[in-house]
Amino acid sequence: MDTTYRWLAHFAQSAGLLYFVGIFLSVCLYAFWPANRARFEEAARTPLQDD
Amino acid sequence: MAAGNPIRQATIGEIVGIMLAAAAFLGLLVIAAKTDHAGYAFHAFLGMAAALASVFLIGNRCFRPGTGPAPQEIDGRPNYNMDPVKFGVIASVFWGIAGFAVGLILALQLAYPALNFDLPWINFGRLRPLHTSAVIFAFGGNVLIATSFYVVQRTSRARLAGDLSPWFVMLGYNLFIVIAGTGYLLGITQSKEYAEPEWYADLWLTIVWVVYLFVFLATLAKRKEPHIYVANWFYLAFILTIAVLHIGNNLALPVSVFSPRSYIVWSGVQDAMFQWWYGHNAVGFFLTAGFLAIVYYFVPKRANRPVYSYRLSIIHFWALIFLYIWAGPHHLHYTALPDWAQTLGMTFSIMLWMPSWGGMINGIMTLSGAWDKLRTDPVLRMMVVSLAFYGMATFEGPLMSIKAVNSLSHYTDWTIGHVHAGALGWVAYISFGALYCLVPWLWNRKDLYSLKLVSWHFWISTLGIVFYICAMWVSGILQGLMWRAYTSLGFLEYSFIETVAAMHPFYVIRALGGALFLIGALIMAFNLWMTVRHGAEDAAEADFTRQPQLVPAE
Repeated sequence: MDTTYRWLAHFAQSAGLLYFVGIFLSVCLYAFWPANRARFEEAARTPLQDD
Repeated sequence: MAAGNPIRQATIGEIVGIMLAAAAFLGLLVIAAKTDHAGYAFHAFLGMAAALASVFLIGNRCFRPGTGPAPQEIDGRPNYNMDPVKFGVIASVFWGIAGFAVGLILALQLAYPALNFDLPWINFGRLRPLHTSAVIFAFGGNVLIATSFYVVQRTSRARLAGDLSPWFVMLGYNLFIVIAGTGYLLGITQSKEYAEPEWYADLWLTIVWVVYLFVFLATLAKRKEPHIYVANWFYLAFILTIAVLHIGNNLALPVSVFSPRSYIVWSGVQDAMFQWWYGHNAVGFFLTAGFLAIVYYFVPKRANRPVYSYRLSIIHFWALIFLYIWAGPHHLHYTALPDWAQTLGMTFSIMLWMPSWGGMINGIMTLSGAWDKLRTDPVLRMMVVSLAFYGMATFEGPLMSIKAVNSLSHYTDWTIGHVHAGALGWVAYISFGALYCLVPWLWNRKDLYSLKLVSWHFWISTLGIVFYICAMWVSGILQGLMWRAYTSLGFLEYSFIETVAAMHPFYVIRALGGALFLIGALIMAFNLWMTVRHGAEDAAEADFTRQPQLVPAE
């Protein structure tokens, strides 16, 4: 039981941390990538356009 | 076209639908005949009535002239399928008022226990899940399904996928609500909070929900827009996660097919952990992600401005869904759950503050440059105040998840106050805002019957919420402090019943708050009814919200 806990705690504090920071950074990169700006601005207007 | 023949050939979907309904009818007949549980037999009869009605309704479609599968487009414009949305709007107003009324009865029962009348069917223990399910799943669920069907069509510029399936989702979901609610009153429950319905109702909801997911995905798949608008991301996260949560938390073995009872496969602390993994993510994905989707469509639409920052919406969406799923253990502080899991739940709950406020800021700042609309448009005011309540509740939640705070707040009325700040202030207000927008759009009305009545609704309800949450703050902290008060000799200072008696005045104030909130909802129902019945027809030819109509061939 103790070794399982230690393994899990170690895993959460190393790989888990890297995983979350990695995901967060890639989401930020995607959101702020200059080439995406026009696409996002167009998407933001989707509800306002007539159809 | 055979002009003289009024009967058209049934589609394959209609034939399959009729056959499935007929098979369900026969199966339920056997169950109704063989079970020795009266409540379960009643549910079997309810299911048979629904199956019979389905056979009749589907068969009847073939007799209506010219209603084969509806065309995808009329004159190059999408032929939106708004009838299921209309049904959902009416159902949510109905269930909302029913749920608020039951809540008021419960508040009065707590203040005056004689109102239980010593009757099993209407005592507090059975009515309480009826209230929570009616407001969360019946009112909130119908608002979410209706708005999601509306938004996914509008932002994809495509007709809702499926011919019968959108109706199956709408009606099937409401059948689940009726089975769940009548079951509570008859004493059928698996005793898991917010997941009380027994195995057969859970199975039915699973079928309905999977069809819902497919209808939503298939509509997105045939979209005419290149980008999937952010509101649809939130709806999709809501639908997908609720499916996973519902199945995970409700894995149970029925005693027999002829019994409503079942045993959950999880045991001990694992069961508790599963329950609150489900419970808190019902808050995170049903009551948050789904209603944020409403914010991202209805606030920009009503304010006639694009969302403040589309980038922020992307970042806070991913942050929200990745963090929420870990926050459940904060419901199990100081229990048999391992300490590290409790701390993990607390840490993730505190981190959740950031993406939650990202959503609030994004919604409120959408009005930047158009703040004057808050003064002139009470519907928009209601939606912005709902975002303010969202910000308040998502600040209070992480605070209460901190172990030291939780040791005072847990099991007290503070929790009830917190939940209602979120449920009344955030979820119900953004739903009211969406309903006030949707009714004129769906029924082709120029505007609401009366904006003045919206203002009345807003102020009466807001006063009610303030009464409610202030009373619960005082009563909850009072209760928590009395429970932990010791005498100089180390004995507990107060007996439990003394703490109950001390809360009586606040229970009366809470009931008053609930009554005001119910009155506000009744004003809304009247206003929406008058909008449909007597509102001025929207005549503008070019108005995008106007529904294209099928014109019979000459």
